[in-house]
Amino acid sequence: MPETLLQVEHLVKHFPVSARDLFGGRQRVYAVDDVSLDVRRAETLGLVGETGCGKSTLARCTIRLESLTSGRVLFGGQDISSLTDSALRVYRRRMQMVFQDPYGSLNPRRRVGSIIADPFEIHGLASGTELKRRVQDLMALVGLNPEHYNRFPAQFSGGQRQRIGIARAIALRPDLLVCDEPVSALDVSVRAQILNLLRELQKELRLTMIFISHDLSVVRHVSDRIAVMYLGKMVEIAPSADLFEHARHPYTRALLSAIPIPDPDLDSRREQIILAGDPPSPIEPPPGCRFHPRCPRVDSICASDEPALISRLADTREHLAACHFPVADGEALVRDKGAS
Amino acid sequence: MSVPIRARGPWQLAFERLSRDRWAIAAVAAIGIIVAVAVFAPLIARVVDHPPQAQYRDTGLSPSGIPVGPGRAFILGTDGLGRDILVRVAYGARVSLVVGVLASGLAVAFGAMVGIVAAWFGGAIDTILSRLMDVVLSLPFLVFALALVAIVGPSLVVSIVVIAFFSWASVGRVVRAQALSIREQEYIRAARSLGAGSLRIMFVEILPNVAATLIVYATLLIPSSIAFEATMSFLGLGVVPPTPSWGNMLADSIAFYKVAWWFVAFPGAALVGTTLAFNILGDSVRDAFDPRHDQTIVIANGEEKKS
Repeated sequence: MPETLLQVEHLVKHFPVSARDLFGGRQRVYAVDDVSLDVRRAETLGLVGETGCGKSTLARCTIRLESLTSGRVLFGGQDISSLTDSALRVYRRRMQMVFQDPYGSLNPRRRVGSIIADPFEIHGLASGTELKRRVQDLMALVGLNPEHYNRFPAQFSGGQRQRIGIARAIALRPDLLVCDEPVSALDVSVRAQILNLLRELQKELRLTMIFISHDLSVVRHVSDRIAVMYLGKMVEIAPSADLFEHARHPYTRALLSAIPIPDPDLDSRREQIILAGDPPSPIEPPPGCRFHPRCPRVDSICASDEPALISRLADTREHLAACHFPVADGEALVRDKGAS
Repeated sequence: MSVPIRARGPWQLAFERLSRDRWAIAAVAAIGIIVAVAVFAPLIARVVDHPPQAQYRDTGLSPSGIPVGPGRAFILGTDGLGRDILVRVAYGARVSLVVGVLASGLAVAFGAMVGIVAAWFGGAIDTILSRLMDVVLSLPFLVFALALVAIVGPSLVVSIVVIAFFSWASVGRVVRAQALSIREQEYIRAARSLGAGSLRIMFVEILPNVAATLIVYATLLIPSSIAFEATMSFLGLGVVPPTPSWGNMLADSIAFYKVAWWFVAFPGAALVGTTLAFNILGDSVRDAFDPRHDQTIVIANGEEKKS
């Protein structure tokens, strides 16, 4: 069993909402609600879910860009969940992030060379010609022309900008790289290039990656394991192939059925699951299983008891699902209620 | 055939726009002349052989004590004490420029610092600094200047400090508003995730993004500082006579405005011309930094040539 790099234990993150309820109490958004997971060294963990399900918040909390409401984050065995900003500086070198928006994440008034040099300067690791050489090496490593050192971000395309962001993130050879929807703002034609770059870099630098996306087909391309989130909760986690072959949670099934299949014959034969309604508000999450108002397999227990995230059916300890009525292999999603 | 594309930064773009603006060029030329006059004031005094403080009671005043008009001996005429107005206007330019540049520089630097600190730290610090700016903006300038000078006595340094003190708050407000929106940008979060401290974020990430505003404010504050200084000197709160300044020359000229137009006209024209030139330049600089004014596509081998 490979070494565990990151342990998240019962992480909770609430955001206060400015509006107050009828009795003057402050309402909160339950962005992440009691999520636990382990990330192993040199693996890629995919984190999928709809917009607003808390996957970005979870990632930001794990590298302490946000403070936690409660719970713990252990990085390399050390509890970093309550460290101050200055105490965190040591860990900042070891965990880095690639941001979603390649336009917003680069300061438009600074030259690309100095943006990529930031990590070295902040941690006092290189200066002068040595710094310039290392920056240019990094630019070459991510597939940028090192001669474009003096350009401004506006002079690059979206894909190139994302390469700049990646160069900055891997500059200090971090242990953990969090990629927050790194390709969703890019044209389809350059997505594959960036994904392949990330994969190559991961192999070369033995990076541990958390890869966030709302697009399962993208996550499948890069991940060893995949975790599915719904409304602040983790509903299923499994090795990548396992999740695609034997999804247990109805929500995972619904997500999988939404992946387009290019072959129209195959496409027409498979089960199409269209979820009714929108995700409920995270300000007032439904009781019991959070997915129950939209679940085709819903029963009375779902509205009262929250299902635990455990191995279901004959799954290994690697495959956990939080559902009272997990879907067996080959079973149709809509349950025959008379039989149960 | 491919057209080579030159890489141009925002500063370069602004400069190119500015250099194509005729009003800006005229303003820069006027400011250049004023600066030259100020720098070479001692040379002018030597050429006409009239030191700025020298009183020519025999040649510079008529028998009845009236100032002499522009002529061969005194090119721009003389003042009420028979001193050469040309030389005194030239020396006055020194005072005006020093006060204008230093006071506006001081105000912009301090305003930028307060604005960025307030926006970045937020919370109680922001509340305190914002209210402080409100207080400074609501102080009656002249009353306070009068009171302060009554206590510490008039001098050039006091005028600079007083003018800067009453100017920084407007800069601080604008910078704070801009920094508040920059603070929420993702590149600030990126800097934090790299481990950058508050100081680095304020100076390396935020400051370059408000720099254009600061340049514009600095240029526009120079003329208002010059006018402030003239006002204070006019009221006897600024530069102490006999050191010439445009403000105290205008104050002296009041007694003679019916008989000696040149005594009012030349210091007045110098004051108006200087503030006008700086104001025009300030407007042009603002336009040059405004991306909405950008209709500039320079084709390297085309008809548009870089000057």
